Amino acid sequence: MLKIKNINAYYGKVHALKNVSLHLNRGEIVTLIGANGAGKTTLLNTLSGIIPAAGGEILLEGKGIVGLAADRVVSLGLSQVPEGRQVFNPLTVEENLELGAYLRYRSGGQKEEIAGDLERMFQVFPRLKERRRQAAGTLSGGEQQMLAIGRALMARPKLLLLDEPSMGLAPLVVQDIFKVIQRLRSEEGTTILLVEQNARAALKIADRGYVLETGKVILEGKAAELLENKDVQRAYLGRDKKEIWER
Amino acid sequence: MELLNQITQFVISGLATGAIYALIGLSFAIIFNSTGIINFAQGEFVMLGGVFTIFALNVLKLPILLAIVVAVVATTAVGLAFERLAIRPLKNATPLSLIIITIGASILIRGVVMLLWGKDTQVLPPFSGNTPLEIAGATLLPQHLWIFGVTVLVIVGCRIFFHHTISGKAMRACSFNRKAANLVGISVGRMVLLSFVISSALGSLAGVIIAPLTMTAYDVGVMLGLKGFCAAIMGGMGSGLGTVLGGLILGTLESLGAGLISSGYKDAIAFLILLLILFLRPQGLFKKGETERV
Repeated sequence: MLKIKNINAYYGKVHALKNVSLHLNRGEIVTLIGANGAGKTTLLNTLSGIIPAAGGEILLEGKGIVGLAADRVVSLGLSQVPEGRQVFNPLTVEENLELGAYLRYRSGGQKEEIAGDLERMFQVFPRLKERRRQAAGTLSGGEQQMLAIGRALMARPKLLLLDEPSMGLAPLVVQDIFKVIQRLRSEEGTTILLVEQNARAALKIADRGYVLETGKVILEGKAAELLENKDVQRAYLGRDKKEIWER
Repeated sequence: MELLNQITQFVISGLATGAIYALIGLSFAIIFNSTGIINFAQGEFVMLGGVFTIFALNVLKLPILLAIVVAVVATTAVGLAFERLAIRPLKNATPLSLIIITIGASILIRGVVMLLWGKDTQVLPPFSGNTPLEIAGATLLPQHLWIFGVTVLVIVGCRIFFHHTISGKAMRACSFNRKAANLVGISVGRMVLLSFVISSALGSLAGVIIAPLTMTAYDVGVMLGLKGFCAAIMGGMGSGLGTVLGGLILGTLESLGAGLISSGYKDAIAFLILLLILFLRPQGLFKKGETERV
């Protein structure tokens, strides 16, 4: 599905990604964990074509996408739910969702399908239906996150990138969001790359994981193995202290 | 009674000029929203509208409506070329350098028009005669009706475009959050181009419908542009309705001031208002608190 080979990228003058390689198989949930500033968001933005890649190769279903403009990348089936949700506050919930299908509107002739998808989004996220005529800026954080996910799904992506969907949300809301992510894979077969600081929750629903540290992949493996890995536990899961305290 | 009639007269002609300021203000706001720059060549688009119409009417001998269409299309082409040649190539320029470029472009356009058509003031005949209508003791020219009619049509058109078409919604999304707009597949460059097209079309339309009342020359764009800018500032740059109200208020105050105090102060009144707004309410006259949750 997606293959990244030795990608490099700069965030300003900082060398933010150093020869990062990773891959996703169709229908997988893969998580990318790492501390603040490890380069997770930079990696997603490089994939989306927002930050130019300085060398390396990105293959989406075998097609090179390095150097393509962001709108081209979306049209090839890769959508991103950006960090901090970034919904269009002054626009209504419904308009936000419609804009998710912007490229499909522009290519024409899909009006009925898009309307169908809109109804489906309202089924998946009933809260959004109640608020469809409300400005997106008036929604709660959790609702905005659902809207941001719904907006990305309206493009019918084959690969969905999620950047910190749990950020700033209450634990119960985070659970809801993670359930939705699992449903997306099981019901729609969407391939998902999930970036999270909440490493434990992410590893629990993921098939595989990559650990990113200062722009490099330092560890990769099955999610279950990473959960058990001592280094990962110490650095990202905070198990050590708890265990000592429990014993 | 005499004074009351006079005031009605001033208000009517003030609203007509105000409607023009509103249209120019809208064209400022559209470009500002999509690019974050103030296009100081906007007044030149207004001037081009008038000048092209006169050219199409007198030289090409076209009927008036066709001449107007030709003028608006030609000005829009200039706006499009301006964006392609002067704005787009500078991908990472700061807003300030882009604004300076628009000032340069305005001087260039004015110079070219002066060379081609000379410095003389030119007259565009009113679209449908000069027989005044009597309303409440004041006279209303048929051209005033044209101005009000076109302005209402443009406002309704803008409303439909920005709220009921996908391109309009995309432009609003883009002006709120470029990165997120980019991530749903909206091409920012395309939106910027579209904003230049729409705003040069609006500006030229304003120039065409005012030309029969004020006459036109290579340099009328400077003052009209600044007044339109003033209207946009009164509306807080972002709001369409605010800009329209700002334009109408500005036109009315200007006309009342010119009529009741002295016509020599006409422009001074507009700029006094501009300064007061910038000092006291830089967010615009009508802006409410933002409803936003983080």
